[in-house]
Amino acid sequence: MHVELRKIAKCFGALRANDAITLTVPASTILGILGENGAGKSTLMKIFSGFYSPDSGEILLDGKAVRISSPADAIRQGIGMLHQDPLDFPPLRVLDDFILGRRGGLIPNRRGAAKEFKELALRFDFSIDPDVYVDTLTVGERQQLEILRLLWLGARVLILDEPTTGISLPQKEKLFATLKKLAAEGMTIIFVSHKLEDVEALCTQAAVLRQGVLVGEMLPPFQTKDLIEMMFGKEVPLAPKLKLEPGKSVLAAKHIALDGIRLQIKGVDLEVRAGEVIGLAGMEGSGQALFLGACAGLAQPTEGSFCLDEDEHDMTGRSHHDFRREGVAYLPAARLEQALVAGLSLTEHFILSEGMKGLFIDRRKSEELAASRIALYNIKGRPDSAVESLSGGNQQRALLALMRSPLKLILVEHPTRGLDIESTIYVWGKLKERCAQGTAIVFISADLDEVLQYSDRVMVFFAGRVSPPLDSGKLSVEELGRLIGGKGWEALQGATEHA
Amino acid sequence: MTDSAILISLAGVLAAAAPVVFAVLGETISERAGVLNLSMNGMILLSAMGSFAVALATKNVFLGFLAGAAIGALISLIVAFASLTLMQSQVAVGFVLALLCRDLSYFLGNPIMGQVAPRISQLPIPGLEGIPILGTLIFRQDMMTYLSFVLVILAWFFIFRTRPGLTLRGIGERPAAAFVRGANVNRLRYVYAMIGGAIAGLAGPIYSLSIKAGWKGTISGLDGIGWIVLSITIFGGWKPFRAALGCYLFAILQWLGLVLQPSLPSVPSQVLQVAPFPLMILTLLFVNIGNAEWVERSLARLPENVRREIAKALRAMNATPPAALGVPFEKE
Repeated sequence: MHVELRKIAKCFGALRANDAITLTVPASTILGILGENGAGKSTLMKIFSGFYSPDSGEILLDGKAVRISSPADAIRQGIGMLHQDPLDFPPLRVLDDFILGRRGGLIPNRRGAAKEFKELALRFDFSIDPDVYVDTLTVGERQQLEILRLLWLGARVLILDEPTTGISLPQKEKLFATLKKLAAEGMTIIFVSHKLEDVEALCTQAAVLRQGVLVGEMLPPFQTKDLIEMMFGKEVPLAPKLKLEPGKSVLAAKHIALDGIRLQIKGVDLEVRAGEVIGLAGMEGSGQALFLGACAGLAQPTEGSFCLDEDEHDMTGRSHHDFRREGVAYLPAARLEQALVAGLSLTEHFILSEGMKGLFIDRRKSEELAASRIALYNIKGRPDSAVESLSGGNQQRALLALMRSPLKLILVEHPTRGLDIESTIYVWGKLKERCAQGTAIVFISADLDEVLQYSDRVMVFFAGRVSPPLDSGKLSVEELGRLIGGKGWEALQGATEHA
Repeated sequence: MTDSAILISLAGVLAAAAPVVFAVLGETISERAGVLNLSMNGMILLSAMGSFAVALATKNVFLGFLAGAAIGALISLIVAFASLTLMQSQVAVGFVLALLCRDLSYFLGNPIMGQVAPRISQLPIPGLEGIPILGTLIFRQDMMTYLSFVLVILAWFFIFRTRPGLTLRGIGERPAAAFVRGANVNRLRYVYAMIGGAIAGLAGPIYSLSIKAGWKGTISGLDGIGWIVLSITIFGGWKPFRAALGCYLFAILQWLGLVLQPSLPSVPSQVLQVAPFPLMILTLLFVNIGNAEWVERSLARLPENVRREIAKALRAMNATPPAALGVPFEKE
């Protein structure tokens, strides 16, 4: 379908989220929309998919001006949107989720829907069992389910909002292959991202937004340097890799066995030394999050032991609270849900985390503390800003600012998920500062470049198997990708057996 | 006690459970849509009194039942309006309504205390009542008890087998996703809160026009039922058949309290009357015990195979509420 957006404008109060944006996307195009967080990408796509109505401007589908009154209306007109966090129903079965929203008689034709689901899945080589529950699927599979559902409803334009966040490399490759196939069949695809390499690998056209304005368009071959300049208005240098001499032992995990809901891992050994960074790689749900949680006392091992420090202080079976007291910090991926308290301001967070003494809150002292931390960690927000009003990058900065000092060990899930390049570099800069002070870091990431860029050693998780810590200097992205996908394990010495 | 006496008692248990079944299924439907109706206790009392008054005035039982459903729907409308439109806390509004409706029923019901209104009677089903055991147990009940059986099946079929039922589950689990798929979330929440309220409102007249016929004010013995209804809704895991099981369990516990009283003279009678309530709460706790962290912690130390079996059983018993229960929906 030929899509035209003409002079779309949208204001939120004083903020010009979209300022007269005009875009033409012919059928069979894969358009990449680039921009850092807050550039107006999401607003534009929400207007196009019926969430917002624009203040001015019009939308043309195949040359005809249309009015899109709601997301449901958008899909009726052939515009399907895949949200960053798939808008599906985790407690329902896949087939129920698939059917929900499709119009029809009182009793849905389950058998017919299941047949069509299987045919569609086969066409794109997706293997999803329609009878399992949605919450047992990985994010990548939930995306696949949403794509199938939107196609089933007759989508001819597909909008994808940051789809490569949180999915594994093989799933990303499959997604890209699917999108290319769909485009070849005449579908129009709009791919919203802040990841340059994804746009370069996939798109046949790119547009860059900055502060609500369309600053430029480009056709392949894409010039990375030019795109970065358009996105940020300046060039952002990557921090050089700092090589620190590892110090004394901080955490020793010995022969750990863990039992998750869908998988078990067994016999994991890891010794982390002060100043060291360990990356845990693997497809989402391969056991790395379970292991990381166990290192913080959030899950209990069924076998093996955790010891802290040189003197092998045994922490097996202790609660997260005990680990915290020993100087272990844990930063979960769900920042707002698990790490911050929505509704409380930054100042109140600092008061809570500092554990100030006395019955009454020393207002002046706590506001000074908050203001100084905000300045120190470059958080875009005021002391009285509620944490949920901050952007993802600023929430992550706030979490870093909340960590106590000194710490022995920082455990981070997806330290830079959903963050733009600038925040990513900033967050890692702060984490590296901690390393220089002798703190060890263990982190999970789905971004292979991030894993190789920042970690000293890497452990790979695949379907219940765990590799020994591998020297990241001797690994390439391709090798790591193969391991994550379950290939090349025979050559590894000391990998755990299938549990 | 002879066999037939036990059968007749058990048939009585089924009849005594009927109003609880109506109330629990009504609450289940409302909560499935995301509206927590905490006013249940006052609602049952007010609809019991109101329907009795209507039946008394019109000499018509049917109009009495209609009034009970209308009172239930009306109170649910207040909860829905306060929470969905005025964005107030469902807990606060529901709780205040629970107290208000209870006192209102005692106050307004004062003039009609002790009067005699028409009531529904047993309606044995010809042909089926003669079946051994089942005939006595199931087919010699009154109309509303038969309806309570049908309602369990209907509610299950609606929620799990029909398209609107699927949407109902959707708006309670993830309203934002249901909205994107074309559901008018707030309108549907109004509709289901009122349907659920009307069904639960029928519990009142089942008491006052059938199994505890009449209106006796504060000694009607209905105060407290509504709170247990809320806990049985949780016990039922928002699933009709499991909810019905909870209702029958509660009715059996109440019946046992009565039966055991003569044989345990040393136990004060109040203890046996009150026992079903804490027992229900304990069952509820037991069912959801798998959620507790200390359970996981202590299980981790058990031998592999034992632990796996226990974990499986705990997970099967465990029930998760609709994710958006009590959470208002705003489309960005």
